Amino acid sequence: MFSQTNCEDISDPKHLFLRSENSKTLELTTSSPGASPRDTRCTYHTCFDVYHCGYNDKTRISVYIYPVNQYVDQAGNAVTLPVSKEFYEMLEAIADSPYYTNDPDMACLLVPSVDLLNQNSIRLREVGQILASLPWWNNGNNHLLFNMLPGGSPDYSTVLEVDTGKAVIAGGGFSTWSYRRTFDVSIPIFNPLIQPDKMPQKSYLEKRTYLLISSQTSLHKEYRDVLHEIEKQEPRFLFIQKCPTDERTWNFSRRCKENVAYDYPQILQDSTFCLVVRGARIGQPALFDVMSAGCIPVIVADGYILPFSEVLDWKRIAVTVLEEELENLIQILESYSQEKIYELRQQVTFIWQKYFSSPKAIALTTLRIINDRVFPYAGKSYEEWNDMPNTKTIKNPLFLPLRPPSAQGFTAVILTYDRLESLFKVIHSVAKVPSLAKVVVVWNNQKKSPPPMTSWPDIGKPLKFVKTRKNKMSNRFFPYDEIQTECILALDDDIVMLTADELEFAYEVWREFPDRLVGFPSRVHLLDNTTNKWKYESEWTNDISMVLTGAAFYHKYFSYLYTHAMPVELKTWVDEHMNCEDIAMNFLMSNVTGKAAIKVTPRKKFKCPECVNTEMLSSDLGHMIERSDCINQFTRIYQSMPLKSIEFRADPVLYKDDFPDVLKKYKDIGML
Amino acid sequence: METCFDFNKCKLGFKVFIYPIQERVSETYSKILRTIQNSIYYTSDPEQACVFILSIDTLDRDTLSKDYAKDIQSKLDQLSLWNNGKNHIVLNLYSGTWPNYIESLDFDIGEAMIAKASLSVFKFRPGFDISFPLFAKELPEIGGERAYVYNSINNIPPFREYLLGFKGKRYLTGIGSETRNSLYHIHNKEDIILLTTCRHGKNWQKKARELNDTRCKVDNEEYDKYDYKKLLYNATFCLVPRGRRLGSFREALQAGCIPVLLSNGWELPFSEVIDWSKAAVWGDERLLFQVPSIVRSLSVPEILALKQQTQFLWETYFSSIEKIVNTVLQIVKDRVNKHLARSLAVWNNFPGALSVLQEYSTSKSHPTPCTKWPGNLGVPVLVKTRNIKSISDRFQAFPDVQTDAVFSLDEDALITTDEIDFAFGVWREFPDRIVGYPAREHFYDTTKNRWSYTSTYSNEYSMILTGAAVYHRYYNYLYTNSLSTVYTQIVDQSQNCEDILMNFLVSHVTKQPPIKVTHRKIYKESMLGSSGRTRTSFSLDQQHFSQRQACLAHFVQLFGYMPLIRSKVRMDPVLFKDPVSNLRKKFRQIEVI
Repeated sequence: MFSQTNCEDISDPKHLFLRSENSKTLELTTSSPGASPRDTRCTYHTCFDVYHCGYNDKTRISVYIYPVNQYVDQAGNAVTLPVSKEFYEMLEAIADSPYYTNDPDMACLLVPSVDLLNQNSIRLREVGQILASLPWWNNGNNHLLFNMLPGGSPDYSTVLEVDTGKAVIAGGGFSTWSYRRTFDVSIPIFNPLIQPDKMPQKSYLEKRTYLLISSQTSLHKEYRDVLHEIEKQEPRFLFIQKCPTDERTWNFSRRCKENVAYDYPQILQDSTFCLVVRGARIGQPALFDVMSAGCIPVIVADGYILPFSEVLDWKRIAVTVLEEELENLIQILESYSQEKIYELRQQVTFIWQKYFSSPKAIALTTLRIINDRVFPYAGKSYEEWNDMPNTKTIKNPLFLPLRPPSAQGFTAVILTYDRLESLFKVIHSVAKVPSLAKVVVVWNNQKKSPPPMTSWPDIGKPLKFVKTRKNKMSNRFFPYDEIQTECILALDDDIVMLTADELEFAYEVWREFPDRLVGFPSRVHLLDNTTNKWKYESEWTNDISMVLTGAAFYHKYFSYLYTHAMPVELKTWVDEHMNCEDIAMNFLMSNVTGKAAIKVTPRKKFKCPECVNTEMLSSDLGHMIERSDCINQFTRIYQSMPLKSIEFRADPVLYKDDFPDVLKKYKDIGML
Repeated sequence: METCFDFNKCKLGFKVFIYPIQERVSETYSKILRTIQNSIYYTSDPEQACVFILSIDTLDRDTLSKDYAKDIQSKLDQLSLWNNGKNHIVLNLYSGTWPNYIESLDFDIGEAMIAKASLSVFKFRPGFDISFPLFAKELPEIGGERAYVYNSINNIPPFREYLLGFKGKRYLTGIGSETRNSLYHIHNKEDIILLTTCRHGKNWQKKARELNDTRCKVDNEEYDKYDYKKLLYNATFCLVPRGRRLGSFREALQAGCIPVLLSNGWELPFSEVIDWSKAAVWGDERLLFQVPSIVRSLSVPEILALKQQTQFLWETYFSSIEKIVNTVLQIVKDRVNKHLARSLAVWNNFPGALSVLQEYSTSKSHPTPCTKWPGNLGVPVLVKTRNIKSISDRFQAFPDVQTDAVFSLDEDALITTDEIDFAFGVWREFPDRIVGYPAREHFYDTTKNRWSYTSTYSNEYSMILTGAAVYHRYYNYLYTNSLSTVYTQIVDQSQNCEDILMNFLVSHVTKQPPIKVTHRKIYKESMLGSSGRTRTSFSLDQQHFSQRQACLAHFVQLFGYMPLIRSKVRMDPVLFKDPVSNLRKKFRQIEVI
């Protein structure tokens, strides 16, 4: 089924080994030694030589390709057919990839340029001799052979019947019996007759006419009978086969139901599910056709090793039905909800396009799988293989529902410049909070040294200070070694209004929601309908999406993220404008966790009681504009709006309940 | 699986039959059997069964062991249902003995599936056998030791004192000796602490002399400097080199010490469904010297994710015999109902596959909130008039319920639309929890030495009464389909406690407390009474109350631990009771008494 190519047909081969003038003609004699039989006991650990793969910083294997040679027998007749277009594309893809090396002694993996894709077009014994004659063959160690159609009439083996020794086989029809797990790679069977441009992609949401189509042409009689039975009872099942007029000449692009003809593969797009039943071979090219049409495959082939199943989660791509369950097919398919169908359908198209759609994709996916066996710690994760990249799935870095033990307490990190009097006041008041473990003062003034230790307030808890090298807002979120608790209370040096009860309660709230920012005064972002821009809002609203970090509890891990993993552009913006570091923290946390900040208690302001909240003054328009500007800039950098609005705040269980104060644990909860 | 398993037997559903016990079995095996009997898959009728479990103890096939059962072969031949092992699961922890530790069992298992610990990739028949974790006799039947990180402090950032640790025997010769014998090369006495001792068996000194092993003295000295447990809990990574059998893996998992596997060809426990690359690091025995640079190359977020995953996997699939056995059953069930099988994303993300039912496996992780609910007007009302046999029927999973959120209300609950709207808004932020109004608390009654229930007002709570609460409909399915009759019997007999059981179930799954939202205080006494039930006459009944106390204690026994968790937080509207005009407040009815 693969088209044969003469080397002359290939216009301007980029790679030396593919150029016909470099190819040699080699003669095989009947007495040339053959390769030893395929070692069925091979596993990655027993037959794959890792010493050749070496350790490198790129964690990438290197692959060598043998030059394309002509082989003739003693009579001078060619032993091999010219390389097929598909195999040529695979070799070219490898040669163009970062895996390629032209030095066989440095290679981890060696690919012979002998086209084995279709077993029917090769001479088994002679190919074994060719392999054995390869200069670095070494019983097939670390050699990779591609084969899509194994076996031949009448018993169709599920693996290439060439003597291949310890070579890795990337094969298109493995069964559980022939597949050497951890060693071979199961690949899809590419169908060159499928031309995606002739088949416009349908939206996954579109309604399909049929529930199920069966379109394979050489079905086993047993299965055909079962399907005819289903056909009688189920009008949404379309059972099409080879057209009666096409008995002699094979016409790929037509399938018939009695005398009605349908265009193939276009008709597949009209069905929700498409049947792929085992034929003489267990691996069927129909799987490729069906997936290219965005139809959900229903695979009925017991023991078939699905393509790339080492890394792909087929439960999210296809419906697998046991051969003996075939008669219950409709019942099984009806159990799928519309939502599930949409998910499967999107996944089918995604997987086909990414890993199946060209010989290149198939070759490179195979190499990546082998690469990840050699460097498993740097391998692609399940999500990287299986999740569509454009769907933003948030994986909270703190995904375990951990509740840090209360005994640990929190570290108050106070950012200060030179307001000593106010700072000392803040230190004294935070010292009254029972769960305080330590105070770390971040001295952000490079011109002035902090006063000597003796003049600092004695609070009965450890007090440390760190001097920063530059006066940057971001210094407040640096993960200093002095911070030895998981919980940080970020505190400004002018926050004097908060009571010990309020802070202690907020710490308890943080313990229940350790992946969120827990603070007091809140803000919200709003979309301005006239300008279509985000606006920063500080009025008393019913929603909140941010809390101010003048006094807020958060997990130390986010300090690490703020310092090492936040977009550089964002961090630079904050340091240049000396503003919006709190908005940046709200963005960062909501972006990685997908969760909103939590406001605690009714507090609307926390600085000096007599001063008016500057953000509430309309005269301070400049400030508000700058804050709005920050939100718009940050949204642009994140390419989406990560903030989430919620309509609730956290209060103590008995807050404002008509209940004696003595029984309330947190009574001193301020009003404004 | 397709060739040696009779799927026709499973047409009636996935049911498991255990042969009647006729002889002494080890304590561990009897725990396993009891767990299966208590599961919802158990049937006492072999005609109904899809899968069969032997009542002959096959766990320990080490002939030197005291639990070794003799003459298994002849016993198997006498079983009329054996059918050459078809549809049977044979469980095994140890096979072989000193010195070869062969993997094969010493009887013919025919076409049975083996769930076996320490299987090699080569012996393992994928999709048929089950790679089983090796566990100690002390492993509890239910509940289980908590993962270390839950109770320890300062887990994040994830670095511990040592980067990589190991302490174990080396055997000088035989299986597993090669790797362990060379560990000293990468032991650096600073952050990589790899300790081996030659002390093994009685004649180790003689053997060491014979083999001319000169390192024994030095190794033994180093070995004695460190405590095993201390090393385990103070290392970021733990080396799991091949031994005679594979055990230290389990301890590393519990300790949150990321396993670095140096056991080429070992089939990892439950490898069919667990993605171990998310919780462990693969080394290659052949490339021992790369191990330090591999572990050093991992970034903080990667280490953090690996570490949390060890804890999740331990608590979900390994920490008790019940969990291990259920995992085995669920794996086989997914194979039988192929088209309903859950994706690896479900198995490998919190809360894991044991609490996610097949019908709900479509959403990738958490149930997603849906905004359809509630429409205040024009909502279809369905009245269910059926034979209400049990009080648990309130949690029946009605197919008519098509929204994600279910509001569970008693017929006489008086709640304003503002209260409902507000609670629904909170639930959308916490769709995995029960969100509701009146709350209750559990406490440990030291006078009676048991867990108890209280309705007194306090600063904390751990349960929400389902007389007025919103939660995900998925929990209705869990309540109906995952709790065996052992649980629901208690509810049925007392016609009470269904809400306590629901709270247990949800907290068991989420490891989180429920959420209380504010409500108008006027209804506190009249509407919800002292024990929180709306049927006032009922609720004043002292008997009813003590019944609830007994239920709670009973549920703790069944779950094997106390899943309830306390909260100190109530969620209020943002402007609740703030001194601003009521007109500015969205949920103003809540403040009107």
